Amino acid sequence: MKQFLLAVHLLLVSTATTLAESGPIQAILQEHGDLIVKSSRKTIGPAIEAVATSGLPEAQSVLQAWQVKNIWMRKSDGLFFLGERIESKTYRLIDFDSGDTVGEFPKRALKNIKPNSGIRALIGTALVRFQLLDPEPDRRMEALDAIERSPDASLLAPLRSSIDGESDAGIRARKMRIERLLTIAHGTGAAERVAAIEEMSTDLGVDVRAALNPLTRTAVMAFAGDIPEGLNVAWRLGPGSDDLPREEAYALLVATGLAPATVGRDAIRDALIANLEDNAAGGVQAGELGTDEARMRAYGVLAGAGTVPPLVTDAEIDAALDAHVFAAVYAEASPAVTAAAEAALARIANRVGLSQGADLALDALSLASIYFLAAIGLAITFGVMGVINMAHGEFIMMGAYTGYVVQQFIPHHTVSILVAVPLAFAVTFGAGVAMERLVIRWLYNRPLETLLATFGISIALQQLAKNIFGTQARPLTSPSWLDGAWVINDVISISHIRIAIFVLALIFLGIFLFIMHRTRLGLETRAVTQNRRMAAAMGINPDRVNMLTFGLGSGIAGIAGVAIGLYAKVTSDLGADYIVQSFMTVVVGGVGNIWGTLLGATGIGFLQKGIEWFNPSNTLAAQTYMIIFIIVVFIQLRPQGIIALKGRAAGD
Amino acid sequence: MSQGIFAKNPSVLVFLAILGLFTLGVTLMSEWAGSEIVSTSFVKTLGKTLCLALVAVAMDLVWGYAGILSLGHFAFFGLGGYMIGMWLMYERTRGIVAASLAEAPIPPTEAEVVSAIGNQIFGVVGSSEFPAIWTFADSLALQLLFVVLVPGLLAFVFGWLAFRSRVTGVYLSILTQAMTLALALYLFQNDSGLRGNNGLSGLQNLPGLDHVPQSSISIWFFWASAGALAIGYVFSAWIVSGKFGSVIRGIRDNESRVRFLGYPVETYKLFVFTVTAMIAGIAGALYYPQAGIINPAEIAPIASIYLAVWVAIGGRGRLYGAVIGAAFVSLVSSWFTGGQAPDVNLGFYTIKWVDWWLVLLGLSFVAVTLLAPKGIGGLVDLWTGRLPPDRHGADLGPDSGSLREAEAEQ
Repeated sequence: MKQFLLAVHLLLVSTATTLAESGPIQAILQEHGDLIVKSSRKTIGPAIEAVATSGLPEAQSVLQAWQVKNIWMRKSDGLFFLGERIESKTYRLIDFDSGDTVGEFPKRALKNIKPNSGIRALIGTALVRFQLLDPEPDRRMEALDAIERSPDASLLAPLRSSIDGESDAGIRARKMRIERLLTIAHGTGAAERVAAIEEMSTDLGVDVRAALNPLTRTAVMAFAGDIPEGLNVAWRLGPGSDDLPREEAYALLVATGLAPATVGRDAIRDALIANLEDNAAGGVQAGELGTDEARMRAYGVLAGAGTVPPLVTDAEIDAALDAHVFAAVYAEASPAVTAAAEAALARIANRVGLSQGADLALDALSLASIYFLAAIGLAITFGVMGVINMAHGEFIMMGAYTGYVVQQFIPHHTVSILVAVPLAFAVTFGAGVAMERLVIRWLYNRPLETLLATFGISIALQQLAKNIFGTQARPLTSPSWLDGAWVINDVISISHIRIAIFVLALIFLGIFLFIMHRTRLGLETRAVTQNRRMAAAMGINPDRVNMLTFGLGSGIAGIAGVAIGLYAKVTSDLGADYIVQSFMTVVVGGVGNIWGTLLGATGIGFLQKGIEWFNPSNTLAAQTYMIIFIIVVFIQLRPQGIIALKGRAAGD
Repeated sequence: MSQGIFAKNPSVLVFLAILGLFTLGVTLMSEWAGSEIVSTSFVKTLGKTLCLALVAVAMDLVWGYAGILSLGHFAFFGLGGYMIGMWLMYERTRGIVAASLAEAPIPPTEAEVVSAIGNQIFGVVGSSEFPAIWTFADSLALQLLFVVLVPGLLAFVFGWLAFRSRVTGVYLSILTQAMTLALALYLFQNDSGLRGNNGLSGLQNLPGLDHVPQSSISIWFFWASAGALAIGYVFSAWIVSGKFGSVIRGIRDNESRVRFLGYPVETYKLFVFTVTAMIAGIAGALYYPQAGIINPAEIAPIASIYLAVWVAIGGRGRLYGAVIGAAFVSLVSSWFTGGQAPDVNLGFYTIKWVDWWLVLLGLSFVAVTLLAPKGIGGLVDLWTGRLPPDRHGADLGPDSGSLREAEAEQ
């Protein structure tokens, strides 16, 4: 009858040519018309639910229109339509049921339904059940994303029913996984949930742990007398134990209203100030209230007079604690579920621990390869030649900047890296040779002065780089095939760049061994290092050998710079960040031995990662302790390094 | 002994006379004396320079005379600054806190004052508890003692470990650098108890002396710095003039030979290392109240290397060389980086010294090392006509840039 009247009413006032039939979806909307117009997040639920569960084909489009604020109500009859803006003040209304255009109306004759963000989120959740069945796979994935974002109990049924019809194997697997997770949280009956928990207990995914953790959450509660039946008690707690210190236990009693609050120092002070009369409180002059003892006395007087709450004595606290039972209680009601969740979490924690160990080892290995890469040039100049080159870090920086400059000219990343590597070698080789010729050869027998002179070069080069490239970090972009990571499981993963650096470190080790032991230059270098005069007598030109060896070490630093620049930002401080670690790598490993350098780098890399693992929040502390540890171990146990040279080569 | 030291080192008297005249001149020209010639901030700069000269003397003692290139002495300098900074900050905050608590109707208890100070000091690092190392921060006498003891103890432990293991030469340098890095990294943490990278600030205000203008405080510190430099200089001259000095020079030139002669080389080195660390701590304790702020960046390894640079440019192995080097380089450096130096227009490029000063310093440092190992102090030799004997290229002794005998053998 009402609808008939509405229709008549409509007929009378409408300028439309077609008569709007009141279809089924319109009927539902009308039924909840008041709620829809009111648009309150608290009350809108039934309206959305009614539309979503109506089973009508138009339901989805209504919800979508609603979500994007496209539903308009005609003020004259209260019917809802899809509105389309024609011009600024005119809208075309379309009937939801038939899809027919009802007519064009001025804006003042209409009322826009504007759901707030909370309602839009509710509508979005309701829409998910339609998206789960959407023919577009992307839409179905979006729906699954939405479920993962806000796992809602009402979505479990639609999700389950959508699994059977799923054609895409990947989406199907994901649906099943999410269905299991939803079951853990919202399944009906303990048996079903326990089954889901046990099924997922071999999964390392963070989402599994996120689903299980709320089940094992406990809250400490205090009860006067026995613990009431029906509570899922995790364990009982004795006040005064480590888990529940006395103060906390009493504070809990106070918070639950089972005991009077203690009066703290601040409260005493405030009470005394509030009760100051004639510049005295409780018979004590204000000027004398500067000690705890005087304040307690004054407060005691006030409490005796009943003006302030009495102090709670220790005996009273003990009595109150004795009179109550403390227990940690699960928020989850079913003991079977909590027990299964605890067991599953423990199993997962074991597996995660193992995986984290493996991941840590991989991290340490990659850090070790970075140190090795940074130090291998130094192993030549310092280890073999005995020249302290404090500017070594700046050669690394030069290599990185060379890579950056090359990328400015060659935009193709793979090609630019392939060009940058030999170019960086050439640039730093040249710089190294120039430095050896101009500075170092005059100081071969004065190591401390070499250290200082090369340090002078180091600060000059750093400032020069700042002047040329500015102080902000420059990007050295890696080729796309180096992006991404090798993911073994949810915990173990290692980025491709780190693998590349590891491989590069191995290649350099090979190159170093080859040059030192299989080439003429290596032979001559070793000869000059051992006995310069004798080598010269054998027809070797020591100056030339020193120059080339130093250039080689510097050139390798340049290539290392390109590699390091790929994963770290290129700044003028790039090299300085590595110089101390590089020297320690060489020194700890044992000077003059590449295997020592390798061992040193591995040791330092694993040590640093290991310390970081113990103290993950503070990498500064980790570095501090690592350095101290190395200093102590080095100077106490093996001052000559892990692999010490023996015989004449060891020097004094 | 006293007639010995001045007789052996007439340069000490010359130095003291110059220092005295300089102090007197600056005092008379300062705002404190009513003159406008030297501003208060420049008095502070000069006072700080004197402290740097003092730590350079310590560095010269350990490097130029004993041959230990320590890259950790600026860390000792900073530690001294931290020790006095703790007292300054604690007492000054107590003054502020007491003033604000006095407005309450009833006087605060001792515990309330301390917790308010803790809030004030450690609020920036999200804490309000006093760490254990601040236990004695309210006692000036103890903190002054720590200025000497803490750097001394650190140097002693480190030196004892290192020298006993016979770590020498560049290895020792790298280890001292690592020690400095570890200390700086430690202090950079917020939970180190020394306010992390915020450091200690407001040190230029002496507690209880709020009514005294900065012009007076600055000149007091200037005098104190000059006095400390004079005492430190005479003390160092005394150390290096006697038999002890001969032994440490011997250690520098050939350690094993001295050891074979029966001297406990490690003890000598440890003594010099520890004593110079203490001197560095005193210098730091005088420096940072004039600078007003200390933070961990001050004691990064690079600072210690600069210290070596000053000594090398001034001239190693002669105490006045260290003073000249520190004063010259730090003053020139502040002139260049302060933007006072005129830009050089090359037509195609304008050299701004703020940007290029470090390049110039680095290269001139290389030049000094290569071409003039005696440093600026070598000019004094030219003037006095004291030239090294021609040993056909085999330079020996401290007067030619502290070459080792072993190095001179080619």
